[in-house]
Formats: sequence, C-alpha cells, structure tokens
Amino acid sequence: MTKVVERKPLSALERTYLPSVVSGLQVTWKHFKKTLLEGKPVTMEYPEERWVVPDGYRGAPYLVKDQDNNTKCVSCQLCEFVCPPKAIKITPPGPDGQKADRTNAEKMPEDFEINMLRCIFCGFCQEVCPEEAIFLQRDYSLTGGSREEMVYHKDKLLQLGGVHAGAQKWKHKLEEAKEQEEFPVAKI
Amino acid sequence: MDALKFLDPTIQFVLFSAVKILIAFGVVMTFVAYAVLVERKVSAWIQDRVGPNRATPFFARYIPILGPALVRLGLFQPMADGLKFLLKEDFTPAHARAIYFWLAPAISVIPALMTIAVIPFGSTLGNPDNPMVIADLNVGILYTFGIVSLGVYGIVLAGYASNSKFPFLGGIRSSAQMISYEIAMGMSVISVFMVVGDLNLSRVVAYQETSVFQWMIWKQPVAFVVFLIAAFAETNRLPFDLPESESELVGGYHTEYSSMKFALFFLGEYAAMIGASAMMVTLFLGGWALPWGGGPATGILGGLAHILCFIVKMGALLLLFIWTRWMLPRFRYDQLMTLGWNRFIPIALANILATALVLAFTTR
Repeated sequence: MTKVVERKPLSALERTYLPSVVSGLQVTWKHFKKTLLEGKPVTMEYPEERWVVPDGYRGAPYLVKDQDNNTKCVSCQLCEFVCPPKAIKITPPGPDGQKADRTNAEKMPEDFEINMLRCIFCGFCQEVCPEEAIFLQRDYSLTGGSREEMVYHKDKLLQLGGVHAGAQKWKHKLEEAKEQEEFPVAKI
Repeated sequence: MDALKFLDPTIQFVLFSAVKILIAFGVVMTFVAYAVLVERKVSAWIQDRVGPNRATPFFARYIPILGPALVRLGLFQPMADGLKFLLKEDFTPAHARAIYFWLAPAISVIPALMTIAVIPFGSTLGNPDNPMVIADLNVGILYTFGIVSLGVYGIVLAGYASNSKFPFLGGIRSSAQMISYEIAMGMSVISVFMVVGDLNLSRVVAYQETSVFQWMIWKQPVAFVVFLIAAFAETNRLPFDLPESESELVGGYHTEYSSMKFALFFLGEYAAMIGASAMMVTLFLGGWALPWGGGPATGILGGLAHILCFIVKMGALLLLFIWTRWMLPRFRYDQLMTLGWNRFIPIALANILATALVLAFTTR
C-alpha cells in the first residue's frame, strides 16, 4: 500500500521565511545555551579524556601467560600462516633450543614478532590458536617513533598481554589424566 | 597637542588623518582576526562543540590564573592562524591566468577596507574641529556604494582567473547576486536619507544622537530589514553564500587559492562584514550615540565612551551575522534572485513612496 504524503502549499506567512527564521533562532539558541552555560559539549577532548573500551573489543593482539606465569604459545605457527597481512613472524626454537617453561608443551617460540603497522586487528590469530595463547585486547592507539619500534617482540607482547584469566586447557587435561590414574577400579 | 596648533592647518589635517587611518586600520584588522575567532567559537557552541582551545604561545604560562582560561577561550588562535597563513606555500596553479589571479585577492580586500573611511566611529576626542571620521564626505553613502560594488570585481576576477569550473560558477553567482542585492540595498537607504535630509553620514548620526527613540531603526524598520538582508547577500554570508558554498562549489571563487592570497579573501569577507555592520550602526542604530543621548563629547573620556558604544553596537551586529549562519540553510539560486528582484526591490520602492507621502503630509 502506498502512503501518499500530503504536501500542503506554503501559507503566505510561511513564504516570508519568518516562521523558519524564528524556529531556527530557537534551535540555535537552545544549543548555544546548553553548551555555553551548562557546559555540555559533545566533544570528547581526546588525549585528556578517553572513551571506555567495551568488553570484547578487538584491539591489538598480544600474547598471554597462564596463571603460573608461563608462556602459553607453543610455536605451532598456525597464526603466522593464517595472518592475512602477514604481520606475524615466529622464530621457532629449533631441535636444540630452549624448552617450554611449562609442562605439557614441547617448545615455546624463541621470538614472536607482530608488526603492528601491518596488523589489521582481524582476530584470525586468536581464532586459530589451539593453545589460547594470543588474544585481541583493548589497545587501539599504538604509536612509535620508527618502523622498528612498531614491530613488537615476544617480551613486549607477553608483558602487554598479561595473564589470561580463562581456562587452562592443558592443566585441566593433566588433572583429568591424574584422576584417571588414581581411579578406583573395583577389584574382582 | 598644543604644539601641533602652530602647524599649518593642512599639515595638521594630514597628520590627524594619517593617525586616524592607522588606528582605524589596526582596529579593523584586530577585529577581523577576532571576528574569525568569535565565529569559530560561537559556531562551536551552537553545534555543541568546544571550538579552538589549544593554541598556547610560550608566554601563556607566565600569565597567572588567566593564562589557561585564555587558552581555553582560544584567544591566541588568531596569532597562530596568521602565522600559519604566512608560512604556507603560495601556490599558483599552472592553468590559472597569473596576473588576474594575483590581482583578484587585492581587489576584493581593498574596497572592503575602504568603506570604513566615511563611517563616523566616534564624535570627537575633545577637539570639535577634529571629528572621529577619516573622511567626512558630503556624499558619504554614494562613496560607500561606489566602493562596495567594486568588491564584486575581486570575486568575479578570481572566478575568471582560476580557470576552473567551481571558481567560475562561484564568480558567476557572485556577480548576479551582488548586483541584484546592491539595488535593494541602495533603495532601502534612500528613505533614510529622505528623513534626514542629508547624504553626509555624520549628519545622519547627528540626527539620531538625541535619544534611543530617534534611531532610524524605529522610523524606518522596513528599510532596516531590507538593508540587513541585502548586507548578508553583499557580504556573501549564509544564507546567501552562493559564491562560496563550500558544500557544492568546494569554496567557490577561492577554491584555487592558498596561503596569503586565500587569507586576503578571508580577510576581505570579514572586513566587508565589519564594514556592513558599521554602516548599519551608522544608518539605523544611532552610530556612536549613547542610548540616552547627549551630543558630541567634550572630553577625551566621553569621546572614548562614544567609540566604545560604536564598537559594542557593531559587535552585536557581527554576532547576528555569525548566529544567522547556523540558523538558515543556503538559498537556491532562483530563490535568491526571486527574493532580491521580486520582493526586496518592490518593498524598498514602496517604502520610499510611503516615506515620501508621510514626509509630504507632516512637513509643511
């Protein structure tokens, strides 16, 4: 069903533009008064005032540690493969390299670089990670004085990422396994 | 001052005029700079924003208490803007006609400044032989109209010299608009001069100086409204900023201009606004006269009070110019022309006729 909008011809008063001038005056005066006297501009003066980043915001990806302060990343390089702009570069430890600092992991990366100039904050790395070791966090404004400075290395990523508060997948599995061993089997 | 009295009267006149010109020029330039700031601040407040509040010169932190407040008000912004305009690259496009391109900004700014010359911005500073007007012309208003209509040539020339589409359209619109509103403007003031009986602007002020009820705005309200709206059109202010119209013509006649040449157009626009406000104050709002009347000042203090009064009235009109900018959307080209030719010119003519009839029956 079409709705026909009635367009009335302007009255003689309206054609003098006076009503619109008056209503324009009212509107602008209202805003002027509100901003100047009540001091409520909509502007957020950025460096001094910042917005509250909501939960689930997809900011910069950082590496996280588990509750025991160990590296969660096992250097599987899935994130490196999935990364669309190729921002991630992982240096694996190699056969004789450093062992992982936690149980249930064979290795941890020697270096883990994210080039924050390339990163598009897509979240694929977080999605693909089998170890839940990388998460997009709240930082949205990354600055640096040079290109080198904008490549974040493992130490910096771990430090910025903090401790992951969520489930520890392998610790849970370990406990399960221990329970299996001590499972009281009925003697026949 | 006494030492000057021994000088030749001609030299005295030249000296006083030079001083008055320098001071008036300086004041107008300061006004232009701060009118831009007021425009930006008022616009910001009307649009729920904060406006410029960051320009902090090195000496600002040595001003106790007031310093941060002045920075918040953006009081140092005009300095930063001026410096910025001076330091920007002055670019002349290859396709522009260079001579006219260079000439146009000057032509648009000079007439705007020259209109100030005939405006009595104060009574005297004690000496009755030395009125506070740069040139006390007998045909003051004719001079103003002659000069103001030159302003359009700068814009038209800029549109032509830029040799690209947007400036060209801006120039065309400007010529049509300014010429048609000039007629309405000129006709609206005729009735004022019929009442006063003199073309000299000082005499117009003298007619109004006795009290606030003598101001022309009460005797000629129609002329005031027509003059006000025509002044909006003459100075290219919204809702009649068709030559400039940023949203459709990308800045219109000054699209191709940069740096100091653009600054000159900018300055010219605001100087024209100030000139138009000063003219309106002189013609309709009693000029330098205080609201409770009183003739020309006898001392320096009284003279300064008159000048201050003039500036306050002018400032109020400038605020009106700025406020209106956010009130009404831009008129369409044909609406603008209809308004000018079909409404204001007949209204102004009818006003002249009515004034003539009233004068004929009352002054016998």
